[in-house]
Amino acid sequence: MAQDKHPTPMLDELESGPWPSFVSGIKRLRDQHADQRINGVANDLLGQLEHSYETRKGYWKGGTVSVYGYGGGIIPRFSEVGKQFPESKEFHTLRVQPPAGNHYTTDILRQLGESWEKWGSGLVTFHGQTGNIMFIGANTENTQHFFDEINEYGFDLGGAGPCVRTAMSCVGSARCEQSCANEHKIHRTLVNNFTDDVHRPALPYKFKFKVSGCPNDCMNSIERADMAIIGTWRDDMKIDQDEWKAYVSQKGRKHVVDNIISRCPTNCLSLNDDDTLEVDNRNCVRCMHCLNVVPKALSPGDDKGVTMLIGGKRTLKIGDLMGTVIVPFMKLETEEDYERIVEIAEETIDFWAENGLEHERCGEMIERIGLVNFLEGIGIDVDPHMISNPRESSYVRMDGWDDEAVKWFERKAEEHTAAAG
Amino acid sequence: MAKVQMREPIESGCPDGFQYMHPVMAKNFGRWKWHDHPRPGVLRHRAHSGDEIWTVRAGTQRILDLFTLRKLCDIGDKYGDGYVRFTIRSNIEFLVADPAKVDPLINALEEAGFVVGGTKNSVAMISHTQGWLHCDIPGTDASGVVKAMMDELVDEFKNCNMPNRVHITTSCCQINCGGQGDIAINIQHTKPPKINHDLVANVCERPSVVARCPVAAIRPAQVNGKPTLEVDEKKCICCGACYPPCPPMQINDPEHSKLAIWVGGNHSNARGKPTFQKLVASGVPNNPPRWPEATAIVKRILKTYREDARDWERMNDWIERIGWPRFFELTGLPFTKFHIDNWRGSRKSLNASTHIRF
Repeated sequence: MAQDKHPTPMLDELESGPWPSFVSGIKRLRDQHADQRINGVANDLLGQLEHSYETRKGYWKGGTVSVYGYGGGIIPRFSEVGKQFPESKEFHTLRVQPPAGNHYTTDILRQLGESWEKWGSGLVTFHGQTGNIMFIGANTENTQHFFDEINEYGFDLGGAGPCVRTAMSCVGSARCEQSCANEHKIHRTLVNNFTDDVHRPALPYKFKFKVSGCPNDCMNSIERADMAIIGTWRDDMKIDQDEWKAYVSQKGRKHVVDNIISRCPTNCLSLNDDDTLEVDNRNCVRCMHCLNVVPKALSPGDDKGVTMLIGGKRTLKIGDLMGTVIVPFMKLETEEDYERIVEIAEETIDFWAENGLEHERCGEMIERIGLVNFLEGIGIDVDPHMISNPRESSYVRMDGWDDEAVKWFERKAEEHTAAAG
Repeated sequence: MAKVQMREPIESGCPDGFQYMHPVMAKNFGRWKWHDHPRPGVLRHRAHSGDEIWTVRAGTQRILDLFTLRKLCDIGDKYGDGYVRFTIRSNIEFLVADPAKVDPLINALEEAGFVVGGTKNSVAMISHTQGWLHCDIPGTDASGVVKAMMDELVDEFKNCNMPNRVHITTSCCQINCGGQGDIAINIQHTKPPKINHDLVANVCERPSVVARCPVAAIRPAQVNGKPTLEVDEKKCICCGACYPPCPPMQINDPEHSKLAIWVGGNHSNARGKPTFQKLVASGVPNNPPRWPEATAIVKRILKTYREDARDWERMNDWIERIGWPRFFELTGLPFTKFHIDNWRGSRKSLNASTHIRF
């Protein structure tokens, strides 16, 4: 190559040790790749990164880059030290939505790799923290070419900026016995209903959907998603007593009591004298612990559906928030059921777009205006499953009490009639 | 001038995963019966139909170069079934229907330098952010911290010796894109931003920056006749929230941007409700290229957890059982005034009882 290699004494120290080294990977692109453009980009990227290591500072700045027809989906990066490292002075990331469940054939990975080799740096991550495939390092012109190419074979940009972001769902029904939902369909139904809001950022701030198939919530949706959809069941858990007894005889009663029976958060497990298991299903909160320990013996019930929570987010600006239960249980079987979750998402995003302040996440808006105002805004009735405990402060105006109590009894009567009918 | 013809995007959104899914998984979709864990890094799932799918999980450098991506594909073609997926913690999973393929696949991965493991009660791959490699506001690197730390924790990734799974995260600013973790290593700034007053008016939308501050410490000002912003340094909590919308308010400092370590963040609903991570250590030097001080504290916490926690207790379950005073006693970490929260709602974190362990 024409250019001298930047010395990288600090980064070189990250080439030793048993864990695979990203530094060695970037050096392979610098030294072994046939394309001189990629060699030069990798060399200058290493040079800038070494400069960061030496000075303990970052040298990338944002900007405005997108593809034709979209307003987002690309994280623009322009180097502040581009004169020293010109080949990587424009080093944008394209956020690309992965297939739901993160499934790939080696063929499609190779095809994506070939497109990226043509237009980008040759560095890619599966996946970033929001869930996108991160194609790291293209100049402004090539972002368009790369997008045009992969868009032709079925890939689309994800969200960046104040918009609906790329969603995530667990492997779920594709491999996991705990799954209570079709995560794949929920994921695609929701996020693909909002492609306009993904590609053209115009919301107060980011909005994330995450879907977990069971209450283990492997997608971290309660804490990391503005809208979490989590599979659950409402009938009795299933027990294969023969498998259960086999487990007890293998591990011993003490182990079973110490690790399973006494760990139930609502004390609804009991080990019978004949080593069978008894469950107080009315008080089971679907914490999953016993199912996780003995998956061969214990399984979710048959009456499956989802719980929805809204408002999870990380620190900025008012501190961390977990999501709050908005829908304790709903069935997701018919097309009408799926239309209903889309409708709840639309109502939520519309209300938040209307009422959220600039840079205010949905959960922060709910904290500011109160859960009840939010529920009234999206047309959902209050429910005791939404709270950990009722109000502790008496400083509230309650002159509408009688009307509200009547509403509750009317709703209960309607539910009773519907259940009977 | 002739108008360039631009291609209209196809707004296809999230692709259908079934086209890339292993046929055994597609066939048995929603009809799985149980799974077990034949050895670290390997899962076996059995469907009601009797079909089985075997998963071999491997850790990588996450920032993959094309050579590495192709090597993974070659291994998947030669030793697997050509179907893979990625976990939320960026591990690659090779899916095979024939159990006879598992051992050769593991050998091929290990020979190529990948690390098989990350299942069950192991220390999983550290989930991380972009850091100096790509972020516009990073106080530290991410890939480098993770590489240095995983070099030290590799045996805990390859084995399942912890009481329960351990999820570690790193973040290179206080926004914490890395997310909550059983252990989280995050930047903690300790000095207010240094403001370049010559640039603020041209670069920053000042009302947005004022609004961004969580403690209302930023106000409009004039310096040398130019409109700019100033920070009330007594109110400033050094969070860096002003820096992304206003780069002339530099928050990163080679010496004063430190690392802090937090524990007990747990997303799962298992046993207890999800929990946020809590501060245990701060003032840790941001020390590239290998950050040995941070790794030493993480290893000390892991050792204590491994020795003292009961089976199935996650980090937060364990600390809830033994209490925070015991945590600080066992780990030897100092307890300071900074551990006592003063953010909104923080009275809930104070002990309003005589429940005290002696």
